[in-house]
Amino acid sequence: MTRYDSLEASLGHTPLIGLPKLSPKSQPGKPAVRLWAKMEDRNPTGSIKDRTAMAMIDDAEKTGILKPGATILEPTSGNTGISLAMVAKVRGYNLVCVMPENTSIERTQILEMWGAKIIYSPAAGGSNEAVRVAKELAEQNPDWVFLYQYGNPANTLAHYQTTGPEVFEDLPTVTHFVAGLGTTGTLMGAGKFLREKNPNIAIIAAEPRYGEVVYGLRNLDAGFVPELYDASNITRRFSVGAEDSVRRVRELLEIEGIFAGISTGAILHAALGVAKECVDAGVGADIAFIVCDAGWKYLSTGVYGKDSDSEVLDGQLWA
Amino acid sequence: MSASISAPTIEVRIPTILRPYTNSEKIVSAEANNLGELITALNDKYVGLGERLLEKNELRRFINIYINDEDVRFMGSLAATLKAGDSVTILPAVAGGRK
Repeated sequence: MTRYDSLEASLGHTPLIGLPKLSPKSQPGKPAVRLWAKMEDRNPTGSIKDRTAMAMIDDAEKTGILKPGATILEPTSGNTGISLAMVAKVRGYNLVCVMPENTSIERTQILEMWGAKIIYSPAAGGSNEAVRVAKELAEQNPDWVFLYQYGNPANTLAHYQTTGPEVFEDLPTVTHFVAGLGTTGTLMGAGKFLREKNPNIAIIAAEPRYGEVVYGLRNLDAGFVPELYDASNITRRFSVGAEDSVRRVRELLEIEGIFAGISTGAILHAALGVAKECVDAGVGADIAFIVCDAGWKYLSTGVYGKDSDSEVLDGQLWA
Repeated sequence: MSASISAPTIEVRIPTILRPYTNSEKIVSAEANNLGELITALNDKYVGLGERLLEKNELRRFINIYINDEDVRFMGSLAATLKAGDSVTILPAVAGGRK
């Protein structure tokens, strides 16, 4: 069924696409190791965050927190804000986004296009700082509705109810699920669902490694672990540097023709690492990984240019 | 407990916030067979660093340590083994970006 009553109704059911060329060759006589890309850029505003945004707004409406004409507040450096902005526009809410000042220009343009108001937080400290500023604003403006994707169970539930079941339905033989670690909602929700179906499925986190500026926190107590995060739901966790992420996102484009955003490069890097281990061990694997969004919003970073290198990412939040 | 003589030398990347302990060095090294030994050896050289990483002999909540990009909390934490050529990175915990 590809006909929907509205844009919102077309959420999810994104394609799972095989990567016949990027999947590593198995040793002779050994079972295949296959990579599968879950194309979350095919959501209404082009990212996996449409699932989170719609679930959080639905939940806030159901519980009565969100009333007609209300103002929604959210710390985001892009996709969640874009998703919320679309739903807010369609349903008649206002949106205030708190965003690190060094995010790419396209993200500001897109948010403003959908009518969101942007409040910038200092680049140093990255998302941690945006979360801190948003929490302050929430205290100062008690009439604003703070959905807070890092601690909102509706975020995890969205992936438990949609992303996880979709992957399992399309790939019942899935052995590994690899996704990015931000709010941790995708891994917590989809991971929990998949492990309930088959406890042997490995749930693998790929965490983008930021530039120096983000780790220059004022003190270590300013570190941040999202309230949704529960390490017991994860099997392994990788930190992927900018250079590896850029290399992989280009490979995805060059070898399979898929134009993905940069954080997908980090996820693919972890997926390929796991795939190689499986090949070396002579075991078969069906590795599903998340393509968070397409590359359009990151063109201005220059990473897709032939002559550019990953250094262009230094000093800007890229994931 | 100090590392045995045969322990491999491990390179460790230090985040900005901890460089006051390492004379501003970004990369330091020490000999160790596992992560616990490594932190002890580092603390011998850079007094006070160990306390910033550990609390009651466990990794602090807002500290993440990676061996070759993999989080040690999923590899046995302080018991995670080290071999020649391994690279260790220490980072404060930060949330994801645009997600």
